[in-house]
Formats: sequence, structure tokens, C-alpha cells
Amino acid sequence: MRTLEQTTQEVLDLASKHFKVPAGSLAPEDDFFKKLGIDSLQTLEMLSRLENHFGIELPDYEVQGVSDFRTLAARIQSRL
Amino acid sequence: MLDLSKYQSIGAALKDALEEFSNEVCLIEADREREKERLTYRDFKERARPLAKALQDEGFAMGDRASIIMTNQSKWLISAYAIFYAGGVLVPLDYKLTPDEQWQLLKHSGAKVLITEYPIWRQMSVAAGRAAATNVSSVVVTEAPMNVDLDGAIRWEEFRGNGEPIFVPRTRKEVACIVYSSGTGGRPKGCMMTHENYLEQCVALTSIYPFSPGVRYLSILPTNHAIDFMVGFFGPFICGATVVHLRTLRPEYVREAFSKYKITYVSLVPLVLKNLQKGLQTRFDELPAGKRRIFNVIVAINKALTKSRPRLGLSRRLLRPVHDPFGGELRTIIVGGAFTEPQTLQFFYDLGIPVANGYGLTEAGTAITVNDLKPFRADTVGMPLPGMEIRIVNAGADGIGEVSVRSKTIMSGYLNEPELTAEAIVDGWLMTGDLGRVDATGHLQLFGRKKNMIVTEEGKNIYPEDIEAVFDSLPVKEFCVFAANYIWPQRSMVGEQLLLALHLEPGQTYSEELRRDISARNSKLLNYKRIHGVVLFDEDFPRTASLKIKRNSLAEQLARLDRANVFLPL
Repeated sequence: MRTLEQTTQEVLDLASKHFKVPAGSLAPEDDFFKKLGIDSLQTLEMLSRLENHFGIELPDYEVQGVSDFRTLAARIQSRL
Repeated sequence: MLDLSKYQSIGAALKDALEEFSNEVCLIEADREREKERLTYRDFKERARPLAKALQDEGFAMGDRASIIMTNQSKWLISAYAIFYAGGVLVPLDYKLTPDEQWQLLKHSGAKVLITEYPIWRQMSVAAGRAAATNVSSVVVTEAPMNVDLDGAIRWEEFRGNGEPIFVPRTRKEVACIVYSSGTGGRPKGCMMTHENYLEQCVALTSIYPFSPGVRYLSILPTNHAIDFMVGFFGPFICGATVVHLRTLRPEYVREAFSKYKITYVSLVPLVLKNLQKGLQTRFDELPAGKRRIFNVIVAINKALTKSRPRLGLSRRLLRPVHDPFGGELRTIIVGGAFTEPQTLQFFYDLGIPVANGYGLTEAGTAITVNDLKPFRADTVGMPLPGMEIRIVNAGADGIGEVSVRSKTIMSGYLNEPELTAEAIVDGWLMTGDLGRVDATGHLQLFGRKKNMIVTEEGKNIYPEDIEAVFDSLPVKEFCVFAANYIWPQRSMVGEQLLLALHLEPGQTYSEELRRDISARNSKLLNYKRIHGVVLFDEDFPRTASLKIKRNSLAEQLARLDRANVFLPL
């Protein structure tokens, strides 16, 4: 079972890979809309990648209003 | 289609539609690759009946208000029908608002009943704003796990009345819905839409984009939005068509739904349409040079053959690889909620996929103008729908002025706001605050806004007053949020931005610490509500006797500054 820290790191790694930003340039407290310059639609794409990676289903409502990696990781962690 | 001229209310028309089309499929609900539900109009009636009875058993009576806060799904429409059946007024609210914003609007609307879904209720039930909304006496929650405490709410599955509910008739001039066009932070603008507004709008829209049994509409825009309420509920239902709901809007499942359910119509916001365009363009760019040349020739042939009107069958045959992923039966993509760039519209039209753009406001029903595609005019938002009159007020030499509208679809007013209503509706004409021109062929072209607000590509109306609270106690002398185009008109409907005008304390500088503070507060706003930059102003803001900022005067003073020099991006 992953710890929240591990999950958070994997979320950051996957986001940096998916959106082609340097590894290590993202931090848990970063606002992903702002940091990655993405819109709500691109966020949904990122969620699909995360679901595949973690092997979970993350309903859209679970991430409603979430904009930072740490909270997103916590929502994922609760479903692992 | 039912003859809506015979009906007095949405409820009465829907009631007859459920009988008329009882064996047709009215709703399909899918969650990812799984189809969760498929209901006929008869099934729909059976689902709504116990809910309507339960509402009446709870004392819900004619004119009482009930709110729905749900993602798009069959229970949204079933609940709405039950409310209309019982003679109620529907208050559809945006599920994407924060819980406190939702409570604020519930309080303002005077809703007695709230129907929502468990994940939303989980957040709303613990929000501070709940305490003030004492008018909400019953909360019905769908899909709640069996082992959780609902904090005073009732489970949808258990909220069932026995016996026949009584149909409560309403008349055309009575309020059917209270729809909020804005105002979660400032003065809520609850548009009181009458039954007549919807009946007339439906007649006008379906005259151009008809529904019938067998037509399938993919419902993606939130149903609380005027467009989806009309073309994803009322319109298809009174014609016996099918509405498809997806519980997740991930692009891969939306794409799959087109071919799986042979979608006929879909409504999208410009952001999604542009994303589709990007995806298609990438596919075309990746074609080998030879194939690319052939493809371009076929597109050119299609363009020539569809110059005067769409020819769907022909375009589908010519450009099959483009059309097949859309299911092969897509007639039109309806785009709304915000302005769509002409090149995006043209891109799809050239591929033989007509995009019906238009222009509308919540206050005016759903749509005022729609592109009828005869011929397609990407540079305009189409011609007025039947029954709509457009007048350009205070037009300049170039013919551009404020667009005003008169029709039976105009709201009766803003709830509890006679002054705002009087400003918005002058001698029966709705003053839209948008700048436009009607060309020689009767098509409306838009050229920016006169009002202090922006509309995002996701179709969200953002009023500066609504987001100022997040900057309360900012360590500066005073501040005010504006739509940048309101200060420096761009004559454009795209790329709109919000700015924060700051008047610093004497001797204070715009430090990195202050910038970070603003940025951190900005991050607390939903992404589409955020400001884009700061403008420093070194004079006292003009204020009224009661010390309210005179926004118009301040905007005029700011307009004298050169945007390029003073706008500091965040």
C-alpha cells in the first residue's frame, strides 16, 4: 500500500511527464491549472491518465473544486 | 412534436408528451463504458409519479420553489418533471459552484426543497452557509451509501409517495423557473422565467433544429444551463426524442458515446469545440504528404458543394474517416454559452460538420439568434429566431451599438430586484449590454461588451463584483475588480480577462510579497474566475455618499492609462 507521500510523488511525476514540464518543477501545493497552464478539459485528460496509472476509478465529482496536487493525491489515496 | 400553442405550462406539455411517446426511449444514462439506465417515456412517468406525490405529501404546493443541484443524469429530469407536475417553480443551480455559493442562492431563491446527489450533499451539509438558508426545509439526496448519516436529508430512494399525485396546472405568465445568471458574490440575479418563455423558445428553436423520435441528443452542458434545459430536456421531450447522459465527461468516453449511441445533436461550449478542432487538426497534420494532398482536395470539393447549404449525406460519404468517429449520424453541433471564434466554426463546416452558433442570454430564454446555415456565415451569430426582434441602440457611424431584444422569451424580471429589472428591461426591450451590428442580410455580428463582465470559453459568466470578496483585507488602501475590456474596449468577444485595480497605501510599493498574497488569494477562486493581472492606480477611488466605489467613474479614469504600460500580469 502506497503512502500519501508516494501517491503525491507519483501524481507529480505523471503530470510532469504528461504535460512535458521538467521533472521536479512541480510541488504538491502547486495549483495545476496555473502551473501547467491547463484548462478543465485538459484536467480531465490528466485524470484519465491517473486512473490508468493507479488502477482506480475517480468520479468527476471527486475532483470538483480541486486545483492542487496534494488534494488530488489525497482523493486518489482514499480510493486505493 | 406537440403543438405547444395549446399549452399553458411546461408541466402540461411534458405530461402529454409522456403519454404521446410512451413507448419511445427518452433517456439513456451511461457511466464510462457501462450503460446504467435506459428509460422509455412510460418508465420516466412511473419514476416521477412517486416523487411528485412525496413532494405533495410534504406540503409542497403551487408556486413553491424547489431546487435541483445535480450533475447531468436521468434523476435531474425526473425531479424537474415532478416539481412541474406539482405546480412548483424550479430553481436549477450550478453543481460547480462552491457549497457556500449554493446555499447563498438557495436562500435568495426561497427554495423549500433541495434535490441533490450524495457527493454534492456531503460537501453542502457541512458548509457554513447552510445555517442561513432556513427556508430549505426538505433535502432529498440521491445515490447515498446505506451506511452514512445524511444529516437531516432524506434518501431519494425512500422519498416515495403512495397513490396518484395531483397535477397542478399553471398558466403561461406564471414563473416556471428561477435561473441565476450571476451574483454569487454580489447581488444575485435570479431570472424569473415564465412558462411562456420556455414554450415560445421551444417553438422557435425546433423550427430550425427539429427533434423527433429516433433523434438522440448528447447532454454534456450542465442541465441547469438554459441551453441544455431547452435542447437537452424540454425540446427533445415534447418531440419524443432521446437524451443521452454521461456520468463522466472524460474526453475518451464522450468520443465513444458519439458512435455508440449514434448521436444526432450535441451542445458544446467553445472550449470543447476548440479542443475537438485541435485533435482533428493534429490527425490531419500527421497524414503522409500524399494523403494530405488528397484530403485537402476532398475538403475543397466538400466546401464547394456545401457553399449554399449543408449536404450531410454527401459530406459523410466524401469525408467518411472524419465523420465516422462522430457516429455517422451527427446533424449539427450546437455551440453556445460563449462566443465562438469564426475560424473554428469554419473549420468544422468545411469538413461537412455544421456547427450551429448563436447568441443568447439567460434573461432572453435560451437563444436570440441562431445560424440557420442557409448559407453558413462564420462571421456572424446568425439571424434572429422566429418571434425575436432585435434593435441596435445608440449605433455609431459603423452601425455598432448595444443589442436590445424584444420577444415572448424575455424573462419577467430579476427576483426581488425591481431596480435591476428596470435597468435591464426598458419599455419591453431587454438591454443586453453586448455591442453588435445587424448586417444587410439580417445577420447579427458581435463586437465586444458594454457591460462590466466576461464570459469564459467554458460559457461561464463572471461578474467582477462576485469575486471581490476573496481580496477582502488585502493590505492595500483600496481595490476593485474589472473586466479589462470594460476599461479598454477591444471590440472582441474572445480572450477576455479580469484585472484587479489597486490603490496602494502612501509609501507602499507593489512588492513581491503583495504579488504573492494576491496570487494565493486568486488561487482560492475557481480557475475560470481568476484575475489575470493587476493595475496600479495612484489616486483615491471615486466613491458615492455611502462610500461605495463608483465603478463607472473609476473605469473611465483607468481608461486614460495605457493598458500596455500599466497591466501587470500575475
